[in-house]
Amino acid sequence: MEQKITLRVDGKERTLTVDTRTTLLDALRERLGVTSAKKGCDHGQCGACTVMLDGRRVTSCLVLAVAGDGAEVVTAAGLADGDDLHPVQKSFVAEDAFQCGYCTPGQIVSAVAMLREAKEGWPSVVSDDLDADRVVLDRAEIAERMSGNLCRCAAYVNIVTAIEKVTRP
Amino acid sequence: MKPFAYQRAKDVESAVTTVAARPEASFLGGGTNLVDLMKMEVLKPELLVDVRHLVSRTIEPAHGGGLLIGAGMSNNELAADRRIRRRYPMLSQALLSGASYQLRNLATVGGNFLQRTRCPYFRDVTMPCNKREPGTGCAARDGVQRDLAVLGADASCVATHPSDMAVAMAALDAVLHTVGPSGERTIPVNELYRSPAEGPQRDTVLERGELITAVELPAAPVAAHSRYRKVRDRASYAFALVSVAAALEVRHGSVTQVRLALGGVAHKPWRATTAERALVGRPATEAGFRAAAEAELAAARPLAGNAFKVPLARNTIVSMLRDLTEGA
Repeated sequence: MEQKITLRVDGKERTLTVDTRTTLLDALRERLGVTSAKKGCDHGQCGACTVMLDGRRVTSCLVLAVAGDGAEVVTAAGLADGDDLHPVQKSFVAEDAFQCGYCTPGQIVSAVAMLREAKEGWPSVVSDDLDADRVVLDRAEIAERMSGNLCRCAAYVNIVTAIEKVTRP
Repeated sequence: MKPFAYQRAKDVESAVTTVAARPEASFLGGGTNLVDLMKMEVLKPELLVDVRHLVSRTIEPAHGGGLLIGAGMSNNELAADRRIRRRYPMLSQALLSGASYQLRNLATVGGNFLQRTRCPYFRDVTMPCNKREPGTGCAARDGVQRDLAVLGADASCVATHPSDMAVAMAALDAVLHTVGPSGERTIPVNELYRSPAEGPQRDTVLERGELITAVELPAAPVAAHSRYRKVRDRASYAFALVSVAAALEVRHGSVTQVRLALGGVAHKPWRATTAERALVGRPATEAGFRAAAEAELAAARPLAGNAFKVPLARNTIVSMLRDLTEGA
């Protein structure tokens, strides 16, 4: 069963007809050629497919494309300003925050969204003061808030450092 | 995935009417659990009625000083709400203990209650499972038992309910507001889940086509002094082996009010009423906490592979109550 949908992907409006079974991840990769979102587990467990959907990070493998009709999608490819990389992207390069790189686009989208959540004062389960106005992103907070992004190369030490450095330039 | 039709309902009434009339139809909220189960063909709906856009995503004051939470709120939105963080911290912590930020941005409050078990035999269509296919038997009972229930289980099913949020909701006496084919009604969370002995294929008392529209949290001043603790195989992003939601008020060395519920041990969030009765009016001492926990867990019937959950639950209850007493 097919349906026509419109998505705004990395700033460009895209209209396409999809089988209702198509996930947002497959629509991006297989139909629109946006391969910055990666397919790891395809079950919402690894975070490689993380994109921002209407401003919030989500696992795009568990979103049906038809359910995302009308939404704004930002992938890692949409974060840079031309050749000028996003500060989080620059920090991942500077801190060598990857090995094979497969999980990296998901890690970066997740980190950008996470910094926004922290700015809005969202707590985490390791926050000492659940009701604090200001979130202090120490390494434990960053690790907890990034736990939805797995890295099989285990580049975690440098991923946390790369994010930490963005918060304290 | 099996082919299915998808539609966005125009309003709650038409969504309810549509799903009530079609046995193979299902509501779609955040989809984090449903879409995953459809990929594995554990669930095979022929029609998805998307309700995410029509159920409220706000919190309103409720009569009696409580809060009415729109069932369409994301798990993260609820956890971050200031009123929840101040008045019901155990609920914020329970939400933040579950899944990942990405999943919690998608997952709705209503859908969280209706998650299916993560029992691996339920999720594997090549295995017998009375919950998935009634009458086929239970592969879990003689299988890997680490995650299985120790309380309230039945010969037909030993699966656990996976939610953290629902454990705090059970401790807080939350009440669901629903709209079904026969109209609106309210269902206390502690009466939502059916015993597996009644037939494990149906998790809840919700009728076909009955939609959760809101969750009411009654006023509970004791809940301002509450916590949620989750014990699991890794520090983050894993289901509970055992979890405890607890609120405690101690005056002049005695327990005056307590709320206690357990996760990871049963087919439902397990409200520990036996322990609560054993605590109220008695001295707030470690010995008393231990006796109350043991009274609650006397009904436990563990298997060889999950017997560790009984002392783990006891110790987690005792440490939670001790921490809440010391912080009182």
